[in-house]
Amino acid sequence: MTALLDIVDLEVTYPGKGLRARTSPVLHGVSLDIRPGETVGLVGESGSGKSTLGRAVLGLAPVTGGRITYAGRDVSHLRRKDRRELASEIQVVFQDPYTSLNPAMTIDQILSEPLRVRGVNRAEASARVGDLLDRVNLPADAAGRLPREFSGGQRQRIAIARALALDPALIVCDEPVSALDLSTQARVLDLFIEIKQRTGVAYLFISHDLAVVRHVSHRVAVMYRGEIVESGDGDKVTSAPDHPYTQRLLMAAPVPDPVRQRERRVERRRLLDSQAATA
Amino acid sequence: MTEFTVTPPPIPAAGRQSLLRRLLRKPVALVSIGFLAVVAVVAVVGRAVSPHDPYTSSLDLVLAPPGAEHPLGGDSAGRDVLSRLLTGTQISIGAALLALAVALVLGVAGGLLAGYYGGVFDTVSSWLTSLVMALPAIIVLLAARAALGPSIWVSMTIFGVLMSPAFHRLVYASVSAVRHELYVDAARVAGLSDLRIIGRHVLWVVRAPIIIQSAIVMGIAIAVQAGLEFLGIGDLAVPSWGSMLNDGFAQIYSTPILMLWPALVIALTSMALVLVANTARDELERVSPRRGRRRRAAEWSAPQVSEPAAIVHADAGDRPEDVLLHVRDLVVGYDQDDGGIKEVVRGVSLDIRRGEVHGLIGESGSGKTQTAFSVLGLLPAGGRVLAGSIDFGGVELVGASERVHAAVRGRRIAYVPQEPMSNLDPSFTIGSQLVEPMRVVAGLSKKEARARALDLLARVGIPDPQRTFSSYPHQVSGGMAQRALIAGAVSCDPELLIADEATTALDVTVQAEVLDLLRDLQEERGMALLLVTHNFGVVADLCDRVSVMQSGRIVETGPVETIFSAPQHEYTRALHAAILDDSTPRGALSPREVSAP
Repeated sequence: MTALLDIVDLEVTYPGKGLRARTSPVLHGVSLDIRPGETVGLVGESGSGKSTLGRAVLGLAPVTGGRITYAGRDVSHLRRKDRRELASEIQVVFQDPYTSLNPAMTIDQILSEPLRVRGVNRAEASARVGDLLDRVNLPADAAGRLPREFSGGQRQRIAIARALALDPALIVCDEPVSALDLSTQARVLDLFIEIKQRTGVAYLFISHDLAVVRHVSHRVAVMYRGEIVESGDGDKVTSAPDHPYTQRLLMAAPVPDPVRQRERRVERRRLLDSQAATA
Repeated sequence: MTEFTVTPPPIPAAGRQSLLRRLLRKPVALVSIGFLAVVAVVAVVGRAVSPHDPYTSSLDLVLAPPGAEHPLGGDSAGRDVLSRLLTGTQISIGAALLALAVALVLGVAGGLLAGYYGGVFDTVSSWLTSLVMALPAIIVLLAARAALGPSIWVSMTIFGVLMSPAFHRLVYASVSAVRHELYVDAARVAGLSDLRIIGRHVLWVVRAPIIIQSAIVMGIAIAVQAGLEFLGIGDLAVPSWGSMLNDGFAQIYSTPILMLWPALVIALTSMALVLVANTARDELERVSPRRGRRRRAAEWSAPQVSEPAAIVHADAGDRPEDVLLHVRDLVVGYDQDDGGIKEVVRGVSLDIRRGEVHGLIGESGSGKTQTAFSVLGLLPAGGRVLAGSIDFGGVELVGASERVHAAVRGRRIAYVPQEPMSNLDPSFTIGSQLVEPMRVVAGLSKKEARARALDLLARVGIPDPQRTFSSYPHQVSGGMAQRALIAGAVSCDPELLIADEATTALDVTVQAEVLDLLRDLQEERGMALLLVTHNFGVVADLCDRVSVMQSGRIVETGPVETIFSAPQHEYTRALHAAILDDSTPRGALSPREVSAP
């Protein structure tokens, strides 16, 4: 099966300030592929480069090496104009539902903006907005309101609706549920899965939480210090990982059960001791 | 499963009204805007409604006193003062508008480009701005007058260039802040052109500050222009406020009243502009005292309807004499603008025994942090304990004086916050922030405190205590900063340590280490621990007893095993159901799920 998105040896280095600034790459040689309709989870801790990978796919981070291919076409160094065309293919849902929506625009304006720049007329855009709100289970009268009138979970639904507006084939989800409460998080994740089943969209699902990634992903890749250290079947990677770092990551997450957590604590201690011994 | 987040009530109308509408409700702004409107009308029609020709001299009228035919009299050249004033308004306001327009166009465009694109634009424009700001305005204007001749329009254009850095700085600062907002990134991903993003998402944010700055610049332009003409730099034949002032000053001993009219309009117009700008700024920043915010706090009365009590699971060996913190029916509220009170904690009862780890779990807005802050006596401004009692080892903390709180806080109750970085002062070394409280609280000498701080840093697992001791907060990682804060918290051997989401901001691997540290310290020192968190894993890892909070109330409390194995309350059950750890993994992509791209 051909890949929808193919990332080969990707390297990203942010330009430094000043003329002779030393810069070290954030990503060094990352390879990852996503098939049509597939959800690939990307796990890592802060600073591991997982968000940078997502931003590189979106054209928001400078690609300094390697290649990103979308549907057979090299998209690593697109000009602004060509990148804009790609908007109907690759979309995004960001982590923070409080800063990812313009506070001065109504929901209707936020959702219809991507449609209007593509020449959809006002009436048609308005009808589409109603449809989009319905798809993310928000009432139609939400359209006339401002983002601050909604809770975090509802705002994230609006962000999802915006990503869906152009019927993309791939959505980059950058920690989309990290800022949400437990019960809201579960419902938003279920919405992601439901949308995927209905539209066949593929996700690059970035999160620091193994449990979240396990819940939504077909395949999982683990990032550590700008490299993918392990990738494979979601169940395998999130329950019986091979790489020492993934093992540490799995053991570090506390289990919400006092009895099993006691056992895991012992296991974790044993793992850390054995890793320290072999190192 | 039900969603617990509730749609907030609709925003009161005041928040949505346009700035102009809000301004018109302020008497000062209303009068100022009214006056400016009159000036604006005169500037447009002044020439047409002038009763006489402002340029025609008449010998009869030289320094004539006010009369029926000439209400404001005549000037030194025998021209009608009222007509010159009306016509002069047009020229003065027009010239000031020219300066404003030039400053706006240059400043806003430059600021937008530099702020949005950065790089070369940024370097070049900030260099040019600094250059322009370094030029002495009056000297440049005098030089221009000498080189280009006496024209009010030329000098005001130059003045506009000189004023443009005011807008440049303002727009640049706002745009570079907005530039990195996620919604701007989202707009780029949505395929919007740069022009549209700037117009729709970026410029929109800075429109209010630009309007305010415009009013101020306009006032300055009017004053400077009048000043230049008063010095005789302008063209004295053209009627304007400044040239009339000049004329009046020449006759100040014979006809002082000639000074009055131009001085009056210049002063009033400048004042009105500044007042409008200030009120608008106050209104946007809400620094002016609001109506209804009386210093006397609103009355609170206990609700009549009693709500269902919390489900309490008994546990073995319940010895009440061991209770260290005894909270009963605690109600915490915040005074609202409309004179009401918003209750955030609604009748919480909580017991923490000596040496116990008590978890307080709940979702955002459940009141868990407010409960912890009440115990510490550190409720944010506007919040206060309305009812109930907090008994800490025999000391009543509700209504206690600041001295009682200070005697308890940092000595018997310690606190570890959520954000380690924002709870360390960036301008002091970590060492000095540890040593200072120890000297104050425990009365140690500088040397003793230093030795103890180094011991503690080593105890909390910091590899190189000496280096961390002399580091500034930004030089260490979040995990290290949190360890340092824990070291500071336990430095006074507290009986109770309150950890408010102490591991939430940390990576999981670091979180596991910090949890280990908290457990070890707790066992070693036998202190009680109140762990405020939203994470069931953290609770399972550390706690002996758990209280579940929902919208300001504790709905269920009991030993940790019971809460996890046999939760009674439907909210606790719903929370358990939302936990993802035990959910089935997604599995591999099945061919059925694949659709054509």
